[in-house]
Amino acid sequence: MARAGSTGRGRLLVIAIPYLWLLALFLVPFLIVVKISLSQDALAQPPYTPVFDLAQGWAGFKDFVSQLSLDNYGYVLGWDNGFVEAYGSSLVIASISTALLLLVGYPIAYAMARAPKGVQPALLMLVILPFWTSFLIRVYAWIGILSPEGFLNQGLMTLGLIDQPLELLNTDLAVYIGIVYSYLPFMVLPLYSALEKLDGTLLEAAQDLGCPPFKAFWSITFPLSLPGVAAGALLCFIPAVGEFVIPDLLGGSDTQMIGKSLWTEFTANRSWTASSAVAVLLLVVLVVPIVIYQNIQARQLEAGK
Amino acid sequence: MSSRLSWFNVTSLVLGFAFLYIPILLLVLYSFNASRLVTVWAGFSTQWYVELWQNEQLIDAFWVTLRIAFLSSLVATVLGTLAAIALTRYGRFPGRTVFSGMTYAPLVMPEVITGLSLLLLFVAMGLERGFWTVTLAHITFTMCFVAVVVQSRLITFDRSLEEAALDLGCTPLKTFFVITLPLILPAVISGFMLAFTLSMDDLVIASFTTGPGATTLPMRIYSQVRMGVTPEINAICSILIGIVAVIVLAASLFAKRQEALRRREELAARG
Repeated sequence: MARAGSTGRGRLLVIAIPYLWLLALFLVPFLIVVKISLSQDALAQPPYTPVFDLAQGWAGFKDFVSQLSLDNYGYVLGWDNGFVEAYGSSLVIASISTALLLLVGYPIAYAMARAPKGVQPALLMLVILPFWTSFLIRVYAWIGILSPEGFLNQGLMTLGLIDQPLELLNTDLAVYIGIVYSYLPFMVLPLYSALEKLDGTLLEAAQDLGCPPFKAFWSITFPLSLPGVAAGALLCFIPAVGEFVIPDLLGGSDTQMIGKSLWTEFTANRSWTASSAVAVLLLVVLVVPIVIYQNIQARQLEAGK
Repeated sequence: MSSRLSWFNVTSLVLGFAFLYIPILLLVLYSFNASRLVTVWAGFSTQWYVELWQNEQLIDAFWVTLRIAFLSSLVATVLGTLAAIALTRYGRFPGRTVFSGMTYAPLVMPEVITGLSLLLLFVAMGLERGFWTVTLAHITFTMCFVAVVVQSRLITFDRSLEEAALDLGCTPLKTFFVITLPLILPAVISGFMLAFTLSMDDLVIASFTTGPGATTLPMRIYSQVRMGVTPEINAICSILIGIVAVIVLAASLFAKRQEALRRREELAARG
């Protein structure tokens, strides 16, 4: 390893190029968001004040700091403005969706892991394939299914189960279906890779000792698959909290989600400073799950050795 | 852990795949519907595809999207591969924790945050928004996906080949191109494809970072979808699904061939 880096310059370049890129286009933008969340809207270009002016030196910096304010946070956290509610309901919707994803994804991943070795790559391919098609297309497909004159209502009416079309589109239920459908591969893949590594002899031993299959599952298989459960759950939960497209297209007017609020604040109200404050607070809510996810991800990649 | 499938396993697989595929199949099927009513079947027709062909706005948007996707995924593949090498081959270096954090965080970061923060950066820098800002934004978020895909390949492969080449006096740069790159090539290619489709697919980040004159296809589709379901949208979605299906199929055949070649070489080397 030391030798691979014997030409120090090459090693430095390999590290520095992606490092600087991410620093400039991932980390610095966040600092700008934080800064703008402390600024005030202005009718100017860019539409906020104060603007930091390097040319004015230290005095300019002091002046700049003295103009920062927490007003936007007061606005976003104010009870009447609907943001607090949106944060809450985003967390609830993301949690319920993650639970549903586990419920739907676990049996699929479990069956994949138990399938004959020769079939497993094909099954894996079948799970990944929908993920390659556009996210927007997959959400759009459900509008055609759930709308009042959609396939589901038509089918149910043809069967005589209902007389009138059910109100499915523009409800929270539609949002759950949309999230479960779009995120399913993200849940199934980590679960599958955890279950697939499982040592089959443990289960055989349990069976030989007279343990019923159901109990063997709960006391052996499930606990051993927990790292996969954690990875899958976080991989779905974190982006689902900030989801915008699904609640916008499938949800109703009373479906509150913070990603949608941020978008509206930005595009309809045109308040850059308030939307920055929404983004900072969303990140504060998500920072713990994100750090846990990173640790799992890093540990898994390093354990791969 | 592979053993005999129970009826429960088979049912979950059948239901799971039905859930995943029926919506897409319905969408493609009804793009060939003669009726303007999307959910009532009125006979086979390709009229919506013909109409698409005359919709210049959509065709423009398609080319813009394709150019952004190609350019950004090319750069993202290079940057992502470098990041993967830095994270797997260089042990500890100052700032490694921040680096790996910045590589994994974008994978789960809500798109609205990434989009907003990049827009604010571009405004602060005084960049004119449009084709190039979207491309920069797409490079940034897709390179992390490339890094993870390539990293998982770098970790599993046999280091002794690289070490042998270095011992025999090969320069690190040459070792990379002669030994390492051919071995990780399948991962680099699938990283490129992943970056390409993610870029083609992106709505939220592109909407934040774009400007006049650079409307991407997902943005066009989105603004039409908000008005309701139309057969034209079904048709364009079906075309996109078709393109993706062909690419993925070709790539998996390519990967299979590479794997077979590698096996044969290994066998030959063992004699």
